[in-house]
Amino acid sequence: MKAFLMFVRKESYHIFRDPRTLLILFGMPVALVTLFGFALTNEIKNADVAVLDFDHGVHARQVQNRLFSSGYFGLRDYARNYPDVAAAFRRGHVKLAVVFPAGFSSDFDHLGHAQVQLVADASDQNTAISLVNYATAIIRSYEQEVAPHRSGSPGPRVEAVARLYFNPGLKAAYTFVPGTMALILLLVSAMLTSITIAREKETGTMEVLLVSPMRQLPIIIGKILPYFLLSFVNGLIILALGVWVLHIPERGSLALLILETLLYILVALTLGVLISTRAASQQTAMLTSMLGLLLPTLILSGFLFPIESMPLPLQTVSRLIPARYFIVILKGIMIKGLGLRELWRETAVLFGMAGGLLLLALGSLKNRLA
Amino acid sequence: MPAVELTNISKAYGATQAVRNVSLTVEPGELFGLIGPDGAGKTTLFRILATLLLADAGTATVAKHDVVREFRAIRNVVGYMPGRFSLYQDLTVQENLEFFAAVFRTTVRENYELVRDIYEQLVPFKDRRAGALSGGMKQKLALCCALIHKPELLLLDEPTTGVDAVSRQEFWHMLSTLKERGITIVVSTPYMDEAALCERVALLQTGQVLRVDTPAALRESYPWPLYAVRAARMHPLLQDLRAYPAAHSCYAFGETAHLSLAQPDAAAEAHLKAYLTAKGHHDVSVAPVPATIEDTFMDLLQTHHSAPVS
Repeated sequence: MKAFLMFVRKESYHIFRDPRTLLILFGMPVALVTLFGFALTNEIKNADVAVLDFDHGVHARQVQNRLFSSGYFGLRDYARNYPDVAAAFRRGHVKLAVVFPAGFSSDFDHLGHAQVQLVADASDQNTAISLVNYATAIIRSYEQEVAPHRSGSPGPRVEAVARLYFNPGLKAAYTFVPGTMALILLLVSAMLTSITIAREKETGTMEVLLVSPMRQLPIIIGKILPYFLLSFVNGLIILALGVWVLHIPERGSLALLILETLLYILVALTLGVLISTRAASQQTAMLTSMLGLLLPTLILSGFLFPIESMPLPLQTVSRLIPARYFIVILKGIMIKGLGLRELWRETAVLFGMAGGLLLLALGSLKNRLA
Repeated sequence: MPAVELTNISKAYGATQAVRNVSLTVEPGELFGLIGPDGAGKTTLFRILATLLLADAGTATVAKHDVVREFRAIRNVVGYMPGRFSLYQDLTVQENLEFFAAVFRTTVRENYELVRDIYEQLVPFKDRRAGALSGGMKQKLALCCALIHKPELLLLDEPTTGVDAVSRQEFWHMLSTLKERGITIVVSTPYMDEAALCERVALLQTGQVLRVDTPAALRESYPWPLYAVRAARMHPLLQDLRAYPAAHSCYAFGETAHLSLAQPDAAAEAHLKAYLTAKGHHDVSVAPVPATIEDTFMDLLQTHHSAPVS
């Protein structure tokens, strides 16, 4: 036991005396979560819009006011004719043009029916569709507000209203932040432990350590433990960033959230140790954990692409990705407010992974030199 | 029961045969040297003894334990110092020592007496990181760490390679002190002058043992009359000596040439001087010298190459 504690202390010295480790541990997650959280988004904010107003009437002006006070659109160009609009699109200045034909306001008042033209830059089709949808919604709500009180006949109107649960604003952060948190925790934790045993092999200290009464299990646990404590702090920082900076709600049990995070960290650390027992050098270990974990996690965890729309073989492979389960757990607890009763399956899978990876790591940490 | 016993040990790395059919015994309390150039198989032998490598063939026991079946027992009683400096460079001198003491389930205080002489030289640097020590200091620290659990047997793989002459001398002095305390020591070195400091040495070449004997016996076993020859210019001297009809062999030996003759000749010195003067050498001096271990080793290599022992 004393030997084990000393081993843990030694590992802690390694960590705290290597500024690189600390930078990876604390600098990288903060930078990445913030970066992903803010930059990786399909939300529309202040999209550049050109306006071509042939009407100059009161309704045209009010629709414009609604559009630009919504926060989704920003007035970029006030065009005078169609060629102006076309030029703005070609230069990539604007994403959307709103054209009010002459007589828009009078048609609206007298016919109760008026047309407005929305022209979107569909070279980015997703953005174009969103922009048109947003603008249509805003225009329709204006029409609804104004029309009944003008005509004096508040007859019942049938409107198709889509209500979006959990994320009514379709906030991208709700999709991206849990995925990013899962990705970053996995990468940072696995990367750190992946270099530890490889380092002992590279510097030759493994040779001395092997010719000692120290067994495999205390070596592996001793490697994991200090990183476990540090990664826990790290996990808390990432959760706090998610909640306070990126405004993800925390609707479920905080204790459960923290315990699940710890479990996930354990899986990641054991995965790192497993890589470390196989890699001959720190560089191999680092690259393996970086590339070997980054891409599969990014692509197959359901972070970027929905698992349901993957071909069946890939869906099967995605079952091996720990982040897949943790993303479900994170979203479940934070956004939906679920508890262990709904999330026990994912939790059990993570437990199984931690145990299995530990056994694999134990099996592949050799008693002798290769 | 010997402290170390190797019987017909062989080990190959792929197509490279590192060790061939080696049999050796080391008696308890002995200071035993493995002498040979790089690539002779010294490190492989150490790793087999330290239970780090499995031999392809043959058996070995260390401290009465089989290196394959009872490797855990061996790891408790052996102090192993690999050829490369293998301590934690980012830990201080003291932290390294304490770490290895704890790993071997003991404390620095318990066995301090054993390492005191060596460690006292390190005390002024005890808070310095091991990576920042000089070569000689590193070796002393590594020896302390290998000794801190009071091993029965020390396995030291080229402990003095890359260490300055003064530190080398100190290091061998420490080894003789440790030997007096009854610790069996197996040490390897590529330096022939250090071979003379061992009680017995095994001369190794390309994975084979050429001979095992005491340094004195090795020196005495040299079969040829040997002369140290000096002249103003070394290179032509060697060439002319090799061309000398009565020569058996000739090697540069520091600033002199060691010439052995195929036949004893009472007037050899006079003949040689006459021969060399005729070849145009000046400041020629010829004197009979006793053979060193290196002479014996070179001679063994030559006979070994002309008639390979298998």
